[in-house]
Amino acid sequence: MCLGIPGRIVEISDAAQKLAVVEVGGVRRAINIAFIVDEAHPAQACLGDWVLVHVGFAMSRIDEEEAARTLELLTQLGEAQAEIEAMRQSAAEPAVGTRLS
Amino acid sequence: MKHVDEFRDPAKARALAAEIRQLARQIGRGPDNPLLVMEVCGGHTHAIFRYGIQQLLPDTIEFVHGPGCPVCVLPMGRVDDCVALAERPEVIFTTFGDAMRVPGSRKSLLKAKAEGADVRMVYSPLDALQLARDNPGREVIFFGLGFETTMPSTAMTVLEAKRQGIDNFSLFCNHITIIPTIKAILDSPGMQLDGFLGPGHVSMVIGTAPYQFIAQHYRKPLVVAGFEPLDVLQSLWMVLRQIVDGRCEIENQYGRIVPEHGNEVALRSVQEVFELREFFEWRGLGSIDHSGVRVREAYAQYDAERKFPVPNLKIADPKSCQCGEVLKGAIKPRDCKVFGTACTPQTPLGSLMVSSEGACAAYYQYARIDTSRLREDRQDKVSA
Ligand code: SF4
Repeated sequence: MCLGIPGRIVEISDAAQKLAVVEVGGVRRAINIAFIVDEAHPAQACLGDWVLVHVGFAMSRIDEEEAARTLELLTQLGEAQAEIEAMRQSAAEPAVGTRLS
Repeated sequence: MKHVDEFRDPAKARALAAEIRQLARQIGRGPDNPLLVMEVCGGHTHAIFRYGIQQLLPDTIEFVHGPGCPVCVLPMGRVDDCVALAERPEVIFTTFGDAMRVPGSRKSLLKAKAEGADVRMVYSPLDALQLARDNPGREVIFFGLGFETTMPSTAMTVLEAKRQGIDNFSLFCNHITIIPTIKAILDSPGMQLDGFLGPGHVSMVIGTAPYQFIAQHYRKPLVVAGFEPLDVLQSLWMVLRQIVDGRCEIENQYGRIVPEHGNEVALRSVQEVFELREFFEWRGLGSIDHSGVRVREAYAQYDAERKFPVPNLKIADPKSCQCGEVLKGAIKPRDCKVFGTACTPQTPLGSLMVSSEGACAAYYQYARIDTSRLREDRQDKVSA
């Protein structure tokens, strides 16, 4: 449960509340990006970033190659499928403060 | 079963394995007193089994699978507390999927759900908060579980609940903290570990400084490691290199994810919401001082333990379970009397069988090949 999964930020839904939408293996889901933003890299600048997503929070910014390798590792471990499935189920109902429509 | 040498860069893996064997020869241990290196994190345990990394190593080096799988160390009494909370009619009890099948003394959360309790699996604590907002007439409890990797997320969720004025949300806090846990292992009688692979994602949050005491006081090397097979091999190589050089240091192999100082925002939110408990009960390991956190007084209204009666009973593990022995590295999973018979991933008796990060589940899934084959395998690789 500690491995998380890499995804790409495809939308900043609420910069003030540090909410974004991430895409992981074709599934979109609302996440919180408070842990990866600071003055040097504000919320607006996160669009397009690859991040390590853990239980709905971006925990670390990663590069694209690292993202690809991590995803492959998780797929081989059988963790990626479970994680994406959990995201898919929860993505049906948008999370905190996010208006997906 | 796939081996590490089928993984992306077999030449590199083989070269590293050869160097590891070389260092092991220099250290000069025999198969009867192998070098013991503990991988603290369950993610590493899973990767080690998945890629057959142990089989690449000489029989003078052994991995000891540490307690770093939060689901696996959850004591039965805590599961009973969850069930008791979940069975309250006003409650929607939310949890990560991993915890659903952990056996309690009466039942698991899965069984409670089948019997009518409103238990819901969520992907994120934020989903639990959303449920609270959508169901103002109900009490939504989130089962907070995990080491420092998940702690910031639940802390942030509590802060969000407060900010948004959602008062029918609370946290049943069972977070555990890594440093006192490693200290307890180092202090345990008969401790024979020679070094550690440090947890990758916990360290992404806490940084590398908190491990310094392991090198300075206990004189053991620790290398924070990534999860790829090559990461694990390289980190092991770094541990052995330290031993050969007579050094004890905290090194970071996973620098691409783990900043030396950790994640400041995450640490600040943890600090704001949580404080250390005097002690916390672990499955198989007993009570460890300061190894858990609870919600601070200032956030009492979001604390399920203050909001609802929690039975908080100590329940001994069933006699046939030897999870504690396995967790301490005293026995291998296959040596447990019920391994693979009464206890399987489908019908877990102990929690090490529940999560794919648990040593028993990993053994069951990947290593139920007879050991003579493993040894042949190893010989092949050595001569190759
Ligand atoms: S086989 Fe089952 S009971 Fe035995 S140690 Fe493993 S999880 Fe515990």
